[in-house]
Amino acid sequence: MAHFTKATSIKDWLNQRLAIEKVEKVMASEYWIPKNINFLWAMGMVLVITFALLLVSGIFLLMYYQPNIDLAFDSVNYTIMREVDFGWLWRHVHGVAASVVFLIIYIHMFTAIYYGSYKKGREMIWISGMLLFVAFSAEAFSGYMLPWGQMSYWAGMVITNLFSGGSLHADGLVEWIRGDYVPAQAFLNRFFMLHVLLVPLAIIGLIGLHFGALRIPHVNNQDGEEIDFDEESKKYLAGDKAGSKVIRFANDFMSKDMLVVAIYLVFFFYLVFFHYDFAMDPVNFDPADGLKTPEHIYPEWYFLWSYEILRPFSTDIGLIAFAFAQVIFMALPFLDRSPNTIPASRRGLFKYWFWAMLIDMIALTAMGKVPPVEPFGTIGLYAALIFIGLWVVLPFITKLEKKA
Amino acid sequence: MKNKEPLILAVVVFFTLVTYYLVEPFAHSQMHEHFESKGFAYSDLPEITKKGDVTRGKELVMGAAACTGCHSITSQGLEAPMDAVTAVSAYGVNAPDLSDVGAVFDERFLNTHIRNPAHALKVEHKFTPESGKIHPMPAFYGAGGDIDQEVADIIAYLRSIAPKPDKLTPKMAFETACGRCHAMHYEKWTQIGTKPAFKRKQDELEFDTNVLDYQDSLKKYMGKLPPDLSIYIRSRGEHYIKTFMEDPQQYLEGTSMPRVGLNAEAAEKVIEYLKDSGDAKRHERDSIGWNVMIYIIFFAIFALLWKKQVWRDLH
Repeated sequence: MAHFTKATSIKDWLNQRLAIEKVEKVMASEYWIPKNINFLWAMGMVLVITFALLLVSGIFLLMYYQPNIDLAFDSVNYTIMREVDFGWLWRHVHGVAASVVFLIIYIHMFTAIYYGSYKKGREMIWISGMLLFVAFSAEAFSGYMLPWGQMSYWAGMVITNLFSGGSLHADGLVEWIRGDYVPAQAFLNRFFMLHVLLVPLAIIGLIGLHFGALRIPHVNNQDGEEIDFDEESKKYLAGDKAGSKVIRFANDFMSKDMLVVAIYLVFFFYLVFFHYDFAMDPVNFDPADGLKTPEHIYPEWYFLWSYEILRPFSTDIGLIAFAFAQVIFMALPFLDRSPNTIPASRRGLFKYWFWAMLIDMIALTAMGKVPPVEPFGTIGLYAALIFIGLWVVLPFITKLEKKA
Repeated sequence: MKNKEPLILAVVVFFTLVTYYLVEPFAHSQMHEHFESKGFAYSDLPEITKKGDVTRGKELVMGAAACTGCHSITSQGLEAPMDAVTAVSAYGVNAPDLSDVGAVFDERFLNTHIRNPAHALKVEHKFTPESGKIHPMPAFYGAGGDIDQEVADIIAYLRSIAPKPDKLTPKMAFETACGRCHAMHYEKWTQIGTKPAFKRKQDELEFDTNVLDYQDSLKKYMGKLPPDLSIYIRSRGEHYIKTFMEDPQQYLEGTSMPRVGLNAEAAEKVIEYLKDSGDAKRHERDSIGWNVMIYIIFFAIFALLWKKQVWRDLH
């Protein structure tokens, strides 16, 4: 057992037992961050804050939500929206945050792709991040089921149908997932469980892994510079704050994080109070009706690009393309054969690859929502082929890249 | 080094807005037909040319085998000859109470409706000669004099007994215009009236049975049960509902939903009532919204000052 002395203060008492000073150093004041980073590096903190908003608003909603197919719709739209004080506020915060969190995730992802933050020792940051993307997708989908509106029901029907695997006709698997032949009580109950327990647990665990994965390779920077963190931190601690290439996480970087978070929150609350319709599909304000298929069925905007990779092809090829799209981002650190960890602007052909990928995914997103009539069907098909093509050529164009 | 942050921000905002435009305004313009409101003008129907006489109108409305044979006018102490459930099973629809119609419906619309209901309501496709069906409201062919004058008199009387615009509540407008076919359970409204709080379960069950009987007859007449409108303001939106009431056929050709024939003010009131039901906290949302925005902007100012203070030594 360790040797304990009579504490001189509460801090000392805690310090002897929990080493809070050391923890504070490791987590904050001597957690070193490069100085040459821009506001895109604050997206992690923006995501943490958004996740916190989702968690807190979700806890309040959970107190009144009823996971029962006869009660769910009115428990949300009547009880929470009309009867509960500020229930409408929690619901709008939850709905808007669920949509905006994906916008920030995509910005965060494309930042990493642009600056090569998945390379040379940072592979696990990328992989844990993509696992978080998968977990957030599951969280969003399961949450979308809960109001039990028309879109909940029919999106649940369509997405669970994907598991039949086309010509494989794995209908037994679909029934096993639904717990019934169609989405019904068993389906709602298990998606409720997934949404409020299992998936959030996975997300919290993965956030821990994602943060942990950052510690050894350190945060990347916007110039592709290799920084000697030990050397630079010594310089900082010796008092040469201006000359050092690194800064403390807290309060140095934290103060910038908080500025970005504050600006983000202005935007976020503007959406919550004055422009929330984009995040709360009107069709889902009709109660679920298994006998009436909505005129247009489409997923929320953040799933549209992968939905559009599925849609232009025949069932089996579509499913293969869809499966490809779901996993391929995970392999990015291994498909990029270039030795350079520098911004895309200095990486030859990769520069064009980056912008082509971004624009192609926006095109897929747009085509995923509109009805599959011409010319949208053709645009969608080409965008899907370009998406696959870009991944196929990635190893070759990055192999050609010269060492910077 | 040059500060690239404004450029980066511009790129992020640009791609975000492009994506937003494509998946929201653009996609919706491709998915749904858009119709502009015609201002509730009913220009396909003829204008009233004669000046109506209230006293003469009253005689026509109250006369033997006239309007009050089916319609109640409760504001004048005239009850309906049969209750709603019996009426709907006899006619398919329950004839509306005429107390408020002069304030709710447009004059041109009434002018045609009295003479040719199916035409004014745009449901002639349901009552073709081949179908053998006729609209449950018999057309008024005149009482022996100048029919234009007589109809003008009837409308003048209906307007004279109707509440003044500031006395017509959103709820009254809704009940007269929509409430005989559409329930709205978030406001406890059923097709036969507001559901009271019952002390005895038996009385409640009797009420519910009456509603169900009424709905069965209505289903037969309309083809399906008209939807509950509790949160239609969220599922359809204000613009759609307004233009749909103005002319349902332009959205759903062949629908049995009639043109409602509201005047512009009454249409606003119906929308107001739909908002009271489906978007009940909108005023609270606006006022709290502004307070939160002010709070967050102050937070952002303090965050900026803190960042500047911390980074003073770092540059």
